[in-house]
Amino acid sequence: MTMTDDAATARNRLSVSDEIAIEIVNMNKWYGTFHVLRDIDLTVMRGERIVICGPSGSGKSTLIRCINALEEHQKGRITVDGTVLSSDLKNIDRIRSEVGMCFQHFNLFPHLTILENCTLAPIWVRKTPKREAEETAMHFLTKVKIPEQADKYPGQLSGGQQQRVAIARSLCMKPRIMLFDEPTSALDPEMIKEVLDTMIELAEEGMTMICVTHEMGFARQVANRVIFMDQGQIVEQNEPEEFFRNPQSDRTKLFLSQILGH
Amino acid sequence: MSDTHAQSVPFVRESFIPEAPPPETDTGVVAWLRKNLFSTWAYALLTIAALYVIYVILAGVLPWLLNGVWNADSIQQCREILAGERGGCFAVLTERWNQLLFGFSYPTEAYWRPTLAFALLFVAAAPVLFTSVPRILLVATLLYPFAAYWLLWGGTILAPLVGLLGVIGGYLVYRRLIDRSFAYGLLGGIVAAAAIMWLGGFVVADQPRFLSLLPVQSRDMGGFMLNMLLGVICVSLSLPIGILLALGRQSSLPIIKWICVVFIEFVRGVPLITLLFVANVVLAYFLPPGTTFDLILRVIIMITMFASAYIAEVIRGGLAALPRGQYEAADSLGLDYAQAMRLVILPQALKISIPGIVNVAVGLFKDTTLVSIISMFDLVGMIRGPILASTDWGGVYWELFGFAALLFFVVCYGISQYSQWLERRLATDHR
Repeated sequence: MTMTDDAATARNRLSVSDEIAIEIVNMNKWYGTFHVLRDIDLTVMRGERIVICGPSGSGKSTLIRCINALEEHQKGRITVDGTVLSSDLKNIDRIRSEVGMCFQHFNLFPHLTILENCTLAPIWVRKTPKREAEETAMHFLTKVKIPEQADKYPGQLSGGQQQRVAIARSLCMKPRIMLFDEPTSALDPEMIKEVLDTMIELAEEGMTMICVTHEMGFARQVANRVIFMDQGQIVEQNEPEEFFRNPQSDRTKLFLSQILGH
Repeated sequence: MSDTHAQSVPFVRESFIPEAPPPETDTGVVAWLRKNLFSTWAYALLTIAALYVIYVILAGVLPWLLNGVWNADSIQQCREILAGERGGCFAVLTERWNQLLFGFSYPTEAYWRPTLAFALLFVAAAPVLFTSVPRILLVATLLYPFAAYWLLWGGTILAPLVGLLGVIGGYLVYRRLIDRSFAYGLLGGIVAAAAIMWLGGFVVADQPRFLSLLPVQSRDMGGFMLNMLLGVICVSLSLPIGILLALGRQSSLPIIKWICVVFIEFVRGVPLITLLFVANVVLAYFLPPGTTFDLILRVIIMITMFASAYIAEVIRGGLAALPRGQYEAADSLGLDYAQAMRLVILPQALKISIPGIVNVAVGLFKDTTLVSIISMFDLVGMIRGPILASTDWGGVYWELFGFAALLFFVVCYGISQYSQWLERRLATDHR
C-alpha cells in the first residue's frame, strides 16, 4: 500500500491551524416547500481541505453556494471568517470578496480577455491600480501555467484551460477560502488532470478549500475530511483513509460501491 | 503499391503530393454562371425571366431619372420643357430645397445654425460610436446637447449654460453622496441640478440679450431637420431609459418591478399615433392653465416613452439569453449590483440585443414622420401640406416622396451598416 502511504504523508505535510474559517450551525434551507438542506452543522478550520460528495440532488452544491450567499438559507447561522452572513448587501459583498468560487461551467466572462477576466474584480472591488492588478493576474496565470493566453478570449481556450483561468480569476482577489463546485465534471478526462494538479498545488500552499467533487483520487491525496451527503443531510464524515476503507452507513457503502465499482 | 491493402500490408508515405489547382471547369466566369444561374433548365428560365423584369423596370425608371428637369418654377413649366417626353420634375426639389430641409417658417438667415448643428452631430457621436476615437472628444458629446439647443432654438447662451451647470452640479453632488448609498446620490444629484437650474432661471430672465442668437419658436421647426431632431433625441434618450426599464422589470423589489411592467405593457399596447394626439391635445388639460409646455418637448416625451418600452423588451430578451452562471460569477467575485450589471451583464446583453435595438431605432426614426398628422411640418408634413397644396407643384408626387424615401433610406441604411460592423467587432465568443 505504498500509494496510500504516499498520499498520507503528502496530506500530513499540510498543516491545519486551530483558527475557525467557516462555522455552519444548524442551517436549514428550503426551495419553496422542498427541504433541501436539513440541520447542517459544519466547522472548517483554516487550512483544512474538505471534499463533499454524494448523489446528485443531495444538496452538496447548495451547501457550498450558501457559504458565499449565492443561495439564501432560511434557518441557522453561517459565519465566514468571523463575519455572520446576514441579508445586508455590503456584508455579503465583503464575504464574497474573501471567498473565491469555481463553477462546474467555469462562468468566465466571454466578452473580456483572459487578463481582463482576472483584473475585473481586483480593479472594481478592491480598487487596485490597473497596473498592479495586471501584475497580480499575470502572476496567477503563470501559476496555473497559461500566461501566454492572457490576451485571448475565453471562447478560444479549451475547457481545462478555462477552468484554470477561473481558478486564477478567483485567486486574484487573494481569497482566504476557496469553494469548488464540481470543477472537473464538465471536462474531458485528459483535462481533468491539469485542473486537479492546479488544485493540489493550491492545497499544498495551505489554502482553505471546500470541494464538491467525485474525484476520489483527489480526495485521498489532499483532503483532511471527506463528507458524504444524502437527502440534504450530512450522512457521514471521516478522514479519507477511513472513509474509503471503512464506510459506516449503508448509504455511503452503496454510493462508494457505485462510483468506485468500475 | 496500388494493389496493396492497408489492412494487410504496413504502409508509409514516402513522397508528399504537391498542391495543385482545381480543374478548369470549376473556375472562371463561365463556371460561375453555369453553377449559379443556369444549373438546370428551370433555373435558366427563371434567370431569363428575372433579367426581363429588371430590364422593364430600368427601361421605365432610367429615362425618368436621366431626363429629369432640375430647373423650372412650376410643374407647368416642367411639362413645357419636357414637351411630352418622359422625365421627372425634380425642379421641385431645387426650388423648395430649404423648405424640405428646414420647414417653411424657420428664419432664412439662420439656416446655417441647424446645418452647423448637424455637422457637429458627427463630432459628438463619433466617440460614442467608435472606441478608436480619442476619449477626450467625449467632452464634445457632453457639450453637444446644449450647443445644439442653442443653435436650433437661439436665444441667450445663458439658458443652455445654466442647463449644463445644473447637470455638472448634479453629477458632482451625486459623486459625493454615492458612497453613502445609491438612492442618496440619485436624489441629491437631482435636487442639486434642479436647484441650480431654478436659480439660473432668474439670471436667464434677467439677461435675455447676453450672447443671443435670433430666437426660433418650436412651431417654426420643420422639414427633415424636425425628423432628425426628434430621431436623434428620442433614440439617445430611449436607450438608457429602456435599459433601466428592462433591469427594473427583472428587479426583486416588487414595487419597482410592477411599475416597470405596467409602464411597458401599457405603452406597448397603445398605438404611437394615439400617444401623439395625447401629446398634442389632451396633455394640455392635465397641465395647470397658463403653463406653456413646448409642443416638441411633449412629442419627444411621447415618442421616447414609446420607444423605450420597446427597447426595454428587446434588452429583456438579451438579459434572458445570458446564462445564470454569469450573474453568479459576477456575484461570487464580490461585484455589487451596479458593477455586475455595468461590467458583466449589460455588455453581453446589449451585444445580443443590437439587432433588436437597431430595429426599434430605425422604426422610431421613420415614425417621426407621424408628427405630420398632428399638424407639425416635418419632411412628410411639408410635402403633403405646403408643397403639394401649392398651385406651382400640385401633383409632383413621385419626385417628392421619392426624395423623402431616399433621405430616410440613407440614414436608416447607415444605422444598419454601423450596427453590423459593431456586431462583427464585438464578436469575441468564437462560436
